[in-house]
Amino acid sequence: MRYLPHSPQDRSEMLAAIGLHSKDELFAQIPESLKLRGDLKLPGPLSEPEIVEFFQAAAARSSREYVSLLGAGAYSHYRPVAVEALLARGEFFTAYTPYQAEIAQGTLQALFEFQTLITQLTGMEAANASLYDGSTATTEAALMAMRLTRRNQLVVARTVHPEYRQVLATYVGHQGTRVTEVPWSASGELDRRELEAAVNPETAAVIVQSPNFLGVMERMGEIAEFVHRNAALLIVAITEPLSLALVKPPAEADIVCGEAQSFGVPVAFGGPYVGFLATREKFIRQMPGRLVGQTQDTEGRRGFVLTLAAREQHIRREKATSNICTNQSLCALAATIYLCLLGEKGLKALAEQNFSKAHYTARQLARAPGASLPFAAAFFNEFVVRAPGDAEALLAELQREKILGGVHLRRFYPELEDHLLVCVTETADRGALDRMARVYARWAGHSPALETPARDSTTAKAG
Amino acid sequence: MKNRIRTARPHVNRNEALIFERSTPGKRGVDLPPLDVPPASPREALGDSYREAIEGFPEVSELEVVRHFTRLSTWNYGVDTGLYPLGSCTMKYNPRVNEAVARLEGLASDHPYAPEPLAQGCLEVLHETARCLAEISGMDAVSLQPAAGAQGELTGILMMRACLAERGNPRQYILIPDSAHGTNPASVTISGYQIRNLKSNERGCIDLAELSRAMTGEVAGLMLTNPNTLGIFETQMREISDLVHARGGLVYMDGANMNALIGVARPADFGADLMHLNLHKTFTTPHGGGGPGSGPVAVKTFLEPYLPSPTIEKLSDGSFRLNHDRPKSVGRVRAFYGNFGMAVRALAYILANGAEGLRQTTEDAVLNANYVLARLRDVYDVPYDQPCLHECVLSDRRQAARGVRTGDIAKRLIDYGFHPYTTSFPLIVHGAMMIEPTESASQDELDEFIEALRSIAEEIEEDPGFVLKAPHTTRVARLDEVGAARKPILRWKP
Repeated sequence: MRYLPHSPQDRSEMLAAIGLHSKDELFAQIPESLKLRGDLKLPGPLSEPEIVEFFQAAAARSSREYVSLLGAGAYSHYRPVAVEALLARGEFFTAYTPYQAEIAQGTLQALFEFQTLITQLTGMEAANASLYDGSTATTEAALMAMRLTRRNQLVVARTVHPEYRQVLATYVGHQGTRVTEVPWSASGELDRRELEAAVNPETAAVIVQSPNFLGVMERMGEIAEFVHRNAALLIVAITEPLSLALVKPPAEADIVCGEAQSFGVPVAFGGPYVGFLATREKFIRQMPGRLVGQTQDTEGRRGFVLTLAAREQHIRREKATSNICTNQSLCALAATIYLCLLGEKGLKALAEQNFSKAHYTARQLARAPGASLPFAAAFFNEFVVRAPGDAEALLAELQREKILGGVHLRRFYPELEDHLLVCVTETADRGALDRMARVYARWAGHSPALETPARDSTTAKAG
Repeated sequence: MKNRIRTARPHVNRNEALIFERSTPGKRGVDLPPLDVPPASPREALGDSYREAIEGFPEVSELEVVRHFTRLSTWNYGVDTGLYPLGSCTMKYNPRVNEAVARLEGLASDHPYAPEPLAQGCLEVLHETARCLAEISGMDAVSLQPAAGAQGELTGILMMRACLAERGNPRQYILIPDSAHGTNPASVTISGYQIRNLKSNERGCIDLAELSRAMTGEVAGLMLTNPNTLGIFETQMREISDLVHARGGLVYMDGANMNALIGVARPADFGADLMHLNLHKTFTTPHGGGGPGSGPVAVKTFLEPYLPSPTIEKLSDGSFRLNHDRPKSVGRVRAFYGNFGMAVRALAYILANGAEGLRQTTEDAVLNANYVLARLRDVYDVPYDQPCLHECVLSDRRQAARGVRTGDIAKRLIDYGFHPYTTSFPLIVHGAMMIEPTESASQDELDEFIEALRSIAEEIEEDPGFVLKAPHTTRVARLDEVGAARKPILRWKP
């Protein structure tokens, strides 16, 4: 076995050194009646080329030949080569949680930088070193708000990612926590009147996503004012944090949480991703997850350590703020490297490209007779289009053109039959977007009337 | 004694600033391709909510980013650097082919909402991984959704609750031995149960009489780790599980220590009803400096209806599909289908080994731990003196008499080129030194490690003060953790 460093002779020498005659004696403490008889029935052993072949065959049965306009909480963005090159350093990816700070300063400093980047993006004062993903980060934010307010009810926008709401329901379902969902209004934004009806003196927090699951940006200022008037906390969940390069951060919120997969982490069929949670300084002792803090060594040099561990399970056990043990360090590192590479200007330019491409696509699709954009509020790189006719058939037709044309929202909202959630990032080129518009037009029985293709000097400079 | 390292040489990489301090306005590390559609104006569309600037954000070139993170990496110690004998953490080699296949276009790029016919490769990987884990644990069904071991625990306890609730009474308490991992009680609490601690017997194992007293009609079940955190197998496992079952409870097994058992014994065969596995421990997915992990839950048939939704099914035509129609499921614990990329790596590891390779791996892991124990027992105290499985627990009792504690010995080990063992855990051993060499340690490396610990024991006799100030060779000396917690600085400010 190529991963094992012992030779047969090493094994016999070592057995002899501990006074044993056979390897079976190593397991003498396990009663015979509890031992496995015979071998496990497993495939293998395979050589390295056979393993590669097996997974290449699996990888071929995928959508890799398709242009994807799927978003809905998992976003395709170009990943600069340097991200992968740096992640591949064994000192990073084969290290454990940095409890032994003196030989983990690399991980610790990178996580401190991650925390800083998240606070800069979200407008918050403190961020943790990451959580499993956006769904669990949102759930942890809700639990944190219940601890802070000592209240036991939650108000959640129906436009929070449906799977995030399902995870929340799993965590709080058995605790008698009442979760009230608030619908969207005609514009696609949170319905304010319904929100006001839902909040009561037992409401611990209101959870709003922006851009929400329909792609729509929420106007957070007014929501925050109302929530705070009721002495509840405002939690803002963000699934596409690239939007924060163009939109003012929800600085009025008490907790900003979500998913940072967009920043250099592959879509990878849903994981691993990287959740984040940021809040105000006064709440840090109720935060879940690991925190890296700056300190100094005995000679006065700056260094970093895991801190405020008194909140965590390995110290507090059943009284911990969360049962979380791991964070998503390596994915947080990917996000950190990615954000450093892009920098302020790069991130803004990228966000503008996403914005332009999504708006271009929305305009093109809406031209098809029978198609429409049902929600009027501002959006970023994702929007809802009402399909001209049967959405399933349209998606199948787009698949024939090698395009994954969006998520059929009926899957999550029965009332949104024939509504598609379309996400356009920088990875979709204009050719594919125009092809999609032609399918829409054809579908509606009309020939396409696209905007004149323009690759003039103004647009070329936009990058 | 003569080769002892006393000083460190300064290095050019040792003063890498924070990336924010390296930033200069106007730089960037990427160039974008030209925009191929007419530009739209976000400023116009967003009005007042348009963001002008991201205060403090770094602006650096690609080279500076590469140097920055390369330098940071050199301040880390990983399994690739050397022996990493952290007890209970199973720091084993992370095969490179795992990383390569997890990055294949089609596996790394597929979208979780891609149409099922176009996601057959990913679904097959998940299904096949689950099938192998079921065989290894002896269980009947597996969900890969939990994102890490602690989430696996939570999922499992919620399933116990759902099952018992359907039988008429979810009950109130879960029994946990005092040697358990900290996540156990934390997960139980979040699941809405209360803890009752079980005091271990003189062997460090579960005391049957104590269990019998505690296992009342109010108790939903027992959560145990086997082998336990002392690396000792619960020899009365059959009696333990029979007792819990007879009183209407369930047995949850924390599979953190499965590296001791694969191919030798299966939890389902010795009485566990459900368990979680840690792909980042036993199945070589990298720890990544603290994650991502992956904590699949494996259950017996009667608990299958409660598994998180969706599950993955193989149809008679050989294709795979997601089943969301699971009325008894505890629900969803994570968006999408769990840490898929970790399943790819774990499956690559299982395929590389096959049954015989995994059995050999287990034997080597147990051999290594016993070798370390045998060669250190005359120098360090062994609180529960018996053969171990995959890890051994010593204590600092003798060294503490000279004022040197487990944490200090650990720091001094760093100077000898090793990552420390786990300190101060399990809690039932005062001054614990928990050593798990794993199968990835060669005999030579173990000999060096043993010599280092023996040498440190001598140093403690001669000059305890020197050990108390360790490490002496690292970029930073001991860090002030108390100060860090008293006035937390959690971000850089200009």
